Amino acid sequence: MNKIIEIVKELDTNTVYQELSHPQSGGICVFVGSVREITNNEQVMALEFETYESMALKEMHKLADVALEKWNLNKVVIKHAVGKKDVQDPVVIVGASSAHRTACFEACRFLIDTLKETVPIWKKEMFKNKSVWVSAHP
Amino acid sequence: MDLLFFGIAKDIVGASQIKMDFGGKLPKSVSDLKSALKDKYPEFSKLSSLAVAVNSEYADDNVQLQSNDEVAIIPPVSGG
Repeated sequence: MNKIIEIVKELDTNTVYQELSHPQSGGICVFVGSVREITNNEQVMALEFETYESMALKEMHKLADVALEKWNLNKVVIKHAVGKKDVQDPVVIVGASSAHRTACFEACRFLIDTLKETVPIWKKEMFKNKSVWVSAHP
Repeated sequence: MDLLFFGIAKDIVGASQIKMDFGGKLPKSVSDLKSALKDKYPEFSKLSSLAVAVNSEYADDNVQLQSNDEVAIIPPVSGG
């Protein structure tokens, strides 16, 4: 299996090296997105993620397939968390491994950038006195 | 017609799933559906974008809707 695609309640960042490790890979690149405590000078208490899971998984598989087609990759990982996440919690992991570093760096960037544009996952920022669906309004 | 709502769309209509009869005039296409929703809930017009998924695939405005389709309203996504 050259791709691992998951939507989970709790993201485990400890397994990704083993998941991407491959005898023909000389490079592994991983991006982890995490909860930041400040947005536009306001204190974020937590983020709440929800998803249209069946479609999100489909879109994540498409992303992985596009990356595997475009770059010479041995392994691809895309995982996203749902539910309430606190400051410093990991919320997304994308990664790729390849013979040389250029391919996995480029693929990793593509995976996170495209995930943010196409995968049906929504994030609500919880502030002290209000909550806001991110990007909902212009 | 059964519709699924997520994110801010769920807040706008107040439910994650609604059976809507649109006064007996069911929308025939994705474009008709978007117009009908915006008429019924003006808040949809204020969003940065509004997409529709039919059977868990993004659907262009000209896609025709069938009564047994799974239709989801997709407000601007914000994963990552």
